[in-house]
Amino acid sequence: MRKIVIIGNGIAGVTAARHIRKHSDDAITLISAETDHFFSRTALMYIYMGHMKYQHTKPYEDFFWEKNKINLLRDYVEEIDFAQKQLKLSKSESMHYDVLILAVGSKPNKFGWPGQELKAVQGLYSFQDLETMEEYTPGTRHAVIVGGGLIGIEMAEMFHSRHIEVTMLVRESSFWSNVLPPEESAMVNRQIKKNGIKLQLESEIEEIIDDGNGRAGAVKLKGGAIIDCQFVGLTVGVSPNTGFLKNTDLELGRGIKVNEYFETNQPEVYAIGDCAEFLEAPAADRKNIEQVWYTGRMHGETVAQTICGNKTAYQPGIWFNSAKFIDIEYQTYGQVANKPDENTEEHFYWEHKSGEKSIRLVFHKENKTLKGVNLMGVRYRHEVCDKMIRDKWPMKKVFTHLKAANFDPEFFKKHEAELIQMYNERYPEEAIKPRKLLGIFSR
Amino acid sequence: MNSLKIIHKAGLLIFIIGFGLFISMFFIGKYEVSGEVLKKELGEEKFTNMSPQFQQMLGKTYSSQFTFVSDLKAVFSAINDSIVQVYSIDAKVASEIAGKASDNVYKKQLVESYFSEDEEVANWRKEQLLSYTGWMEDKSYESSEALTAQLEQSITQINAAIARTRGYDSYKVGDLTASITKASNTGHVAKNPWLWLLLAIIIPISGALIYMLPRLKTTHSGIKNNHIFHNALTSRGWLGIFLGTFLILFYVVLYWYPEYMTTWIVMVDPVSKLLSGFPASRWFLYGFLYTIAILVMGIRMLIKYRHSPYQMARTVSVMFFQLSFAFIIPEILVRLNQPYMDLKNMWPLDYSFFFDYKINEKLQAGTFGIFMLGWGIALFAIGVPLFTYLYGKRWYCSWVCGCGGLAETLGDPYRQLSDKSLSAWKFERFSVHGVLVFAVVMTIGVLYSYFSDSQTLAGVNTASLRSVYGFTIGSVFAGVIGTGFYPLMGNRVWCRFGCPLAAYIGIIQRFKSKFRITTNGGQCISCGNCSTYCEMGIDVRWYAQRGQNIVRASCVGCGVCSSVCPRGVLNLENRDSKGRLNQPVLIGNDSFGVRS
Repeated sequence: MRKIVIIGNGIAGVTAARHIRKHSDDAITLISAETDHFFSRTALMYIYMGHMKYQHTKPYEDFFWEKNKINLLRDYVEEIDFAQKQLKLSKSESMHYDVLILAVGSKPNKFGWPGQELKAVQGLYSFQDLETMEEYTPGTRHAVIVGGGLIGIEMAEMFHSRHIEVTMLVRESSFWSNVLPPEESAMVNRQIKKNGIKLQLESEIEEIIDDGNGRAGAVKLKGGAIIDCQFVGLTVGVSPNTGFLKNTDLELGRGIKVNEYFETNQPEVYAIGDCAEFLEAPAADRKNIEQVWYTGRMHGETVAQTICGNKTAYQPGIWFNSAKFIDIEYQTYGQVANKPDENTEEHFYWEHKSGEKSIRLVFHKENKTLKGVNLMGVRYRHEVCDKMIRDKWPMKKVFTHLKAANFDPEFFKKHEAELIQMYNERYPEEAIKPRKLLGIFSR
Repeated sequence: MNSLKIIHKAGLLIFIIGFGLFISMFFIGKYEVSGEVLKKELGEEKFTNMSPQFQQMLGKTYSSQFTFVSDLKAVFSAINDSIVQVYSIDAKVASEIAGKASDNVYKKQLVESYFSEDEEVANWRKEQLLSYTGWMEDKSYESSEALTAQLEQSITQINAAIARTRGYDSYKVGDLTASITKASNTGHVAKNPWLWLLLAIIIPISGALIYMLPRLKTTHSGIKNNHIFHNALTSRGWLGIFLGTFLILFYVVLYWYPEYMTTWIVMVDPVSKLLSGFPASRWFLYGFLYTIAILVMGIRMLIKYRHSPYQMARTVSVMFFQLSFAFIIPEILVRLNQPYMDLKNMWPLDYSFFFDYKINEKLQAGTFGIFMLGWGIALFAIGVPLFTYLYGKRWYCSWVCGCGGLAETLGDPYRQLSDKSLSAWKFERFSVHGVLVFAVVMTIGVLYSYFSDSQTLAGVNTASLRSVYGFTIGSVFAGVIGTGFYPLMGNRVWCRFGCPLAAYIGIIQRFKSKFRITTNGGQCISCGNCSTYCEMGIDVRWYAQRGQNIVRASCVGCGVCSSVCPRGVLNLENRDSKGRLNQPVLIGNDSFGVRS
């Protein structure tokens, strides 16, 4: 029986522990300095907004861990001796491991701005971040959020829910425009403004100004403008949390270097989740560092196979992701680049007259097969989209079966007919005849 | 926008004032009992006999129902005492009869000759004593003392039962107290019921609407659950406890002390007369308030979920069924001299459906009554399996049912308070199926007695079985706990832990239905909104995060899990039964066949 130690009880570490337990009787210890139990990081915003309490964000009841013989340890790993396979802990005695999984996550980026270490200047990643955000909320009349990404808009929505004035400073010319195509990005811009959140595009900060008490009092923009504020949210991405691993034999790049088996350069040491950096990107359309919930989960699932004797290379399938921009849900399947390339792609973009729903289908121009799907305010079926992209469905087949992809609740107005009409107008010789809907008995 | 916020707050103020007026009515009645009222309630002859006892109450004006009711009960107690005095048998009768017995052998002739006088009281005494001593016939006793002791025992029993058999038992006293108190309520409300309907009903309704409607403009459509766990009303804070206490007290008074709430009942008299032609009963008041609660809070629901056609459709549905089927149609049936019936309610939720008096009432009502009987049976015998197969439990529980209707409207703000733990689920399965078994056994007993004229089945008295069910399940569980605990344990306490119909439909939904909640590939982020807002306490996330369809007996298909999901993971679907109970599967990782 080996002793498997996992550092980090986020989605990657916890999934690894669960899957190892399915396949082996090894002793498993899960160490975290953050919380006693696994909680869903993605739900931090809902705790702040009062949709849930902390206890609701725990995906497993507290008895689950003991029942599955997963030993939980609330402690902080200070140093790792890879040669001796020893962990030095803050509170407990040193600990030996046979197998070590580093699932230590990431940290919000700070780019060396003067004043970035002031009080009430922070990102939103950990439970402690939520606590400090709560602590600084009472004195905050105006919050500035730096960065236009998923966490940025979450933080903006959080402050907005407390009736605090919010300004978002976005370096690009439109929200999340390095990921979203212009139309979708513009839709989110409108959504932000509609909710009374100030959106300042093409703005970057130069420094954060002390209010005289060691707390943020204002930000100074490049160009000299000064915005008074009592809180600065830094949401300009995250980086692997490798600080405590520097000056060890572990090979680091931006993250912990791993091969396709999540093996590091140290024997019996693996790294998964946000902190792992692949030596080679796992697929042509994937990055070397993957930092979303789903990939963390998949890393955990896969590394467990290898550790339990079924050596398995990480092979992600068709890309997918989702988010919610205040009231607008977003889903994406396959590849939808932020800048449509007219030479290689053909886009079908439909937008509802409300300007709060859209469907974008992207096809390869060359062979007219489906490349990716973007949905705003509309839900699509993962299974169907995955199949259409994976099996390289041709355009006509995609449109013929598009209704089966819709995952919106019953009685919602379906808009696939409008997309089919768009297709029919573009390809009259290949037109699809409308089929009668059989309604609720159709399945 | 600011003016709308002021209107919003003003609405709350108006509601509080109106609700305050409603509560104040409990304390402002004026009670004067008149001879006419007593004649009507007691019957002319009895009133004449008892008028001396009522003398001290007649012409007296009471400003509180508590003193009035206490005096009234004292009168009934005095009447019972005097009846007891008239009919009671003196203990010495025992020794006198025993003294005449030869060889200490008991014979009924002894009693017959003792009460030889042909007079009402003597005849009654004779009859009683004969019936209590029938078993002693020809029995020989050791001594005269032993026979005397035996007879004394019988006399004690007879005397103890006089109040019940000759006077007014506690049920009669309860009914008469309630009806006399209501008829004697001559306060401002009784004289101006329409004014009070305006003050205590229309004003709070208007306040609530003024409070809610600005949200159409002040909030954008979409899920708005901000501050639910910061609010004392919706997070088991002091306001929630206060409201829960109020609801519990209301139900206790409604079920067991209706004589104290007559001011509210007289207020709705004109409404009742308008609908059925009869004055209001406490049940009319309850139905009236219940319907208002569903309609007003239904409007709140429609505003809150205006982005979701599914939520709006089922909210309109429960509002419609409550207003028409549950409230107006039964009253009109009464006006047409037909039995009162809520045609969408069904056994075993409607546990009295097979009670003798209900069956007889329908049989006596001719063709339409027979139709009602057939309809009520067809609903649960054919309607439930058929519709549950096609659409799942939701066709009834969150689209039609009155209890469900109240839970989904008045109770919606409290849905997050249901217990999601595994132990709660274990308890639920015992409890809800236990009630179903109880309901079935009780009904079998009642029907057995109906057809066989035997009062007991397997040694159990069916009438007491029926009354135990009515008290524990019908009143305490469904009413006091079911609604009173909304702000404490969530809005589906009754439906989840107690409703026998929900248990029955749930068994069909679990094993034979096209309905399931599908999860969307690998999109779940385990945030927990679905589980938190599941009113039935289903840990929806448990299934969603492992890519498994949710097929649970308890799911009422309210669709809120799907509504609150930020990532579009959950969907209520009726599809092929094949693959319904699927292996969990998450899409997105091609490394190996992931079974989560």
